[in-house]
Amino acid sequence: MSDALLSVRDLVVEFPTRKGILTAVDRVSFDISRGEVLGVVGESGAGKSMTGSAIIGLIEPPGHIAGGTISIAGQRIDNLPYEAMRRVRGKRIGMVFQDPLTSLNPIYTIAEQLIETIRTHMDLNERQARDRAIGLLDQVGIPAASRRIDDYPHQFSGGMRQRVVIALALCVEPELIIADEPTTALDVSVQSQIIDVLKRMCADHGTAIMLITHDMGVIAEAADRVVVMYAGRVAEIGAVRDVIKDAKHPYTKGLMGAIPTLMQDSDRLTQIPGTMPRLTDIPPGCAFSKRCPEAFDRCFVEQPDCRPYQGRDVACLLYDEGKPQ
Amino acid sequence: MTDVLVGIENLSRDFDVSKPWLNRVLENEEKKYVTAVNDVSFEIRRGETFALVGESGSGKSTIAKLIVGLIRPTGGQILFDGTNVATRGSASMRQLRSRFQMIFQDPFASLNPRWRVKDIIAEPLRTFGVAEGRAAWEKRVDELLETVGLSAKDGAKYPHEFSGGQRQRVAIARALSAQPEFIVCDEPTSALDVSVQAQILNLMRDLQDEFGLTYLFISHDLSVVRHMASRIGVLYLGRLVEVAEGKTLFRDPKHPYTKMLLDAVPDLEMTGRKRQPVEGEIPNPIDPPSGCTYHPRCRLANDRCRSEVPVLKLHGDTKAACFALEEGRS
Repeated sequence: MSDALLSVRDLVVEFPTRKGILTAVDRVSFDISRGEVLGVVGESGAGKSMTGSAIIGLIEPPGHIAGGTISIAGQRIDNLPYEAMRRVRGKRIGMVFQDPLTSLNPIYTIAEQLIETIRTHMDLNERQARDRAIGLLDQVGIPAASRRIDDYPHQFSGGMRQRVVIALALCVEPELIIADEPTTALDVSVQSQIIDVLKRMCADHGTAIMLITHDMGVIAEAADRVVVMYAGRVAEIGAVRDVIKDAKHPYTKGLMGAIPTLMQDSDRLTQIPGTMPRLTDIPPGCAFSKRCPEAFDRCFVEQPDCRPYQGRDVACLLYDEGKPQ
Repeated sequence: MTDVLVGIENLSRDFDVSKPWLNRVLENEEKKYVTAVNDVSFEIRRGETFALVGESGSGKSTIAKLIVGLIRPTGGQILFDGTNVATRGSASMRQLRSRFQMIFQDPFASLNPRWRVKDIIAEPLRTFGVAEGRAAWEKRVDELLETVGLSAKDGAKYPHEFSGGQRQRVAIARALSAQPEFIVCDEPTSALDVSVQAQILNLMRDLQDEFGLTYLFISHDLSVVRHMASRIGVLYLGRLVEVAEGKTLFRDPKHPYTKMLLDAVPDLEMTGRKRQPVEGEIPNPIDPPSGCTYHPRCRLANDRCRSEVPVLKLHGDTKAACFALEEGRS
């Protein structure tokens, strides 16, 4: 607990709608240690991005944090006033979004955007900030950085833009980077380059990364531990290898079987019947109960808590009963 | 050779990307073209799933559109069951059309939001005269809905009432309604979540067994292709660089690009492995490199690769277009 950099406890994010309150994130808890890559996976609507947005305080109103705490190195950040939070963003937490074109301003050069960010958070003059910016671009693997820094975003390819966005997130050496689907818009060959850059940054600077993605392959490649989310709740948290090789939660098991792999021949993929419930009609009890092949009476009435089981945390009543198949 | 259903011969397609006429005159510029598909030849056998893989801009979707006749080729020909698709008149083309169908990537854009699902599925039935009379087509629509795992009463709903996976099922039902032999699937699952993707892929395989369908399966996701395809063609910048049996391709890729692509896929089985760093990116197709278009990213490239264009040749069971392979430099 004490060495956790980021600590999220019982986080609840709610959206008031005409049909009542919609709970996008429901009592989610996890920690990220310094220098760790924590993967967050789930299907669309599982609440992964919403959790990321909650951490950097960028939830679009009328959505709001309705409960729980978020703290970075022991300091609570979920209740900070706007100005104080703005200093945390960028300085302590960096952000990399999915679409590298929309996260850069098209009418400013890369230099202007990097230098602005650096000078907002650090006491450097124009010259020093520019040198720092060139150094960063160089680190993330942009060839001829000193020449390309004066280009506009549209002059870069998708992969190069994502590198610029990573450089932008790294500007002031934040302790944590939240990367929300950083490679989803990219081709596989470029994706593997970007994953390499992220991993190197993590190793060189000791930056912790929260890697949000729907692609289990990316998690397998890059993350140390993984949080599996389902319908706004945590289903399972554990070391990547454990979760992939030996999933405990029935949803995680189904998810792993549903992914076609390059190495194995399989005639049929395991399929999970049905689809994830809409957030407006999550069943009572366990959110997965209606699709779960192993569900029993308690699953339909009782909502399981995330409890430790064999070196990981699982939110499933099967393990509570002590009768995993 | 008789079991070839679709034959693609030297297919090419250029797109005009020139500036407007006035700009060209004022700036003294020539017309510019992108060659999206360049001299591509392959054949699809009856009953198989032929997959095309490649990164964005490699011409996968253009080939799909060419085959179903949504756009016309600049050169080469497409033979469907021995007849050239492009040169047919519109009346006989229409007849041929009922024998092939297409499933698109985005099930949110490919279904008319103002039509009920049963009308969407019935459209090909009525157009091609497969089912005469209202009672006949309504019965057929109900059957089709159940074939794809929806219920007959879903026919009265509108597309927005369905999830992405269910909409893709509707699109599949529509494709099946004309009783085609051949279905072109352009990234049919890339807009879907993994658990739903598994449902759709399983459904497509079941339907293939049940109706003896032939698929052209287009995807950028190598693990999905591995799961679905019997044979695979790898595209790079509009050219086929390798064609092989599915298993052979993944066990023993020949072309350096295929090797790089396979190496780049993050895979569940290989947690923590070391791999060769990927170099470079796909070049701008408006101004492609000379010779073999892959040479700027290839470790094996020499002067010949920079000046001559390699053609597909047999290497073992695999066809690959690479001088390094031919000369035994790999």
